[in-house]
Amino acid sequence: MNWAGLYTVLSGVNRHSTAIGRIWLSVIFIFRIMVLVVAAESVWGDEKSAFTCNTQQPGCNSVCYDHFFPISHIRLWALQLILVTTPALLVAMHVAYQQHQEKKLLVLTGHADAKHMEEVKKHKMRISGSLWWTYVCSVVFRLLFEAVFMYIFYMLYPGYQMMRLVKCEAYPCPNTVDCFISRPTEKTVFTVFMLVPSSVCIVLNMAELVYLVVRACARRSQHHSNPSSGKGSFYGHKHSSEYKQNEINQLLTEQDGSLKDMLRRNSGLQEKGDRCSAC
Amino acid sequence: MDWGTLQAVLGGVNKHSTSIGKIWLTVLFIFRIMILVVAAEKVWGDEQDDFVCNTLQPGCRNVCYDHFFPISHIRLWALQLIFVSTPALLVAMHVAYTRHEKKRRFRNGEKIDIEELKNEKIHIRGPLWWTYTSSIFFRLIFEAVFMYVFYYMYDGYQMPRLVKCEAWPCPNTVDCFVSRPTEKTTFTIFMLAVSGICMMLNLAELCYLVIKICMKESRKTT
Repeated sequence: MNWAGLYTVLSGVNRHSTAIGRIWLSVIFIFRIMVLVVAAESVWGDEKSAFTCNTQQPGCNSVCYDHFFPISHIRLWALQLILVTTPALLVAMHVAYQQHQEKKLLVLTGHADAKHMEEVKKHKMRISGSLWWTYVCSVVFRLLFEAVFMYIFYMLYPGYQMMRLVKCEAYPCPNTVDCFISRPTEKTVFTVFMLVPSSVCIVLNMAELVYLVVRACARRSQHHSNPSSGKGSFYGHKHSSEYKQNEINQLLTEQDGSLKDMLRRNSGLQEKGDRCSAC
Repeated sequence: MDWGTLQAVLGGVNKHSTSIGKIWLTVLFIFRIMILVVAAEKVWGDEQDDFVCNTLQPGCRNVCYDHFFPISHIRLWALQLIFVSTPALLVAMHVAYTRHEKKRRFRNGEKIDIEELKNEKIHIRGPLWWTYTSSIFFRLIFEAVFMYVFYYMYDGYQMPRLVKCEAWPCPNTVDCFVSRPTEKTTFTIFMLAVSGICMMLNLAELCYLVIKICMKESRKTT
C-alpha cells in the first residue's frame, strides 16, 4: 500500500463527489502528494546525515537533532495527507451500503437481472438524505485535520521557517554547541509551498460545505412550496399489503430518487404524483 | 503518486488535444520527465555530499551549499514540470463536464447514442476553445517564469567549478568545489533547449487555434 494505492481507492470516491470535491482531490494529489514524493522527500533525505554540530563529542549530533526535530516535516505531511484523505472513505462506505440496499430492493421487486445490477454499480449516487450527512461530516473532519496539522507545524517549527543554525545545550554536548542544518533555504521554500495548497484545500472544503448546505436548504424550500409529495401514496399501500410488500415500500421510502427513476424508466413502475422526499 | 500516475492522468487529455498538443505532450514526457528521472537525478544525486570546502570548520560546508544553491535544479525542474502539465487538467475537467451535460440530456429524453458519447472526440470549439487556449497560455507563462527563475538564481545557466564563500561560520573566504560541474551544465542546457522547444510548440498551437477560429468566423460571415 503506497500513495498509488491510496490514489486508486480515492479515485472511486471521486465519482460520488461534488465538483468542488473533485477539484479538492486533484489539488491533493497533484500539488501535495506528488510534490511530496518527487521533490520534498529528496530535500529532506539527508536531514540527519548532513546535520553537523561544531563538536567532536559522540552523541551530541544525535541528541541535538532529536531535540530540534522531534518529528520530521516529511512524516508530518504524510500523516496529514493520510488523515485528510481518509474521511472520504466514510462516504465510500456509505455509498457501498446504499448500493447493497438497492440491490436487495431489486431482488425483492423481481428486477435482479444482470443489467439492473450493473446499473446500480455504475450510477452516481445523489448526495441527499443520510448520505448528505455523511458527506458533510467527512468535509468537516477534513477541515479539522487540516487546521490541526497546520497548528502542529506552527508549534513545532515557529514561523514555518527553517533556521540555518541552531544552538544546542542538551547533554552530552559540552556547553552550547552550534549545529548547522542541511539545505535550510530549500526546506523553507518547500514548507511554504506545501502550506499554500493546504490553505487552498481548506478554502475548497469550506466552499463545499457552504454549497452543500445552500443546496439542501434550496431543495427543502422547493419541497415546502410544493406540498403534494408522494409519501401519502406509499403510506396508503402499507395499510393493505403483506409483509413482503411492506418491506419493499419501506426500502422505497428510504432510497433517494435515483433508483425509483431507474425502475420507472425500465419497467413502467407507475407512481402517480410521486415526489421523493430528498429531491 | 509519481510521474507514472501523472502520465496516466495526462494520457487521457491527449485524446482531446490538437496534433501540436500531442507532440508537446510527447516531448514533455520523453525529453523532459524521462531525462529528469533516468539521468538528471543521478547527476545531482551527490550534490551536497560531494560539495567540498577547503576548511575543517564544522558547518561551513552546509552554510556555503545553502548560500549558493537555495533550491536545487532538480526540484525546480520537478516543480516546473508539475506546473506546466497541470493546465491540461482544466481541459480534462471541461471535457468531463461537457460529457456529463450530454448524459443529462440523454437521461431527459433526447436521443443520443451512449456508446458514441463515450468514444467521441470532443471538438475544440465554443467554451472549450477558451478553456484550451487559456491552458496553453498558462503553460507558456509557467515555462517563462521558471526559465527566468533559473536564470536569476544561478546567474546564467552555467555551473561554476569553484565558488568563494564568506558566510559565517566560515573563517574569512573559503574555496568550495562543486561536484560534476560540466555534466550539470550540459544537462541544464539540454533541459533549457527542450523547454524552449516546448514554448515554441505552445506558441504554434496558440496561433493555430486562433487562425482556425478566425477562418471559421470568416466562412460563416461570407
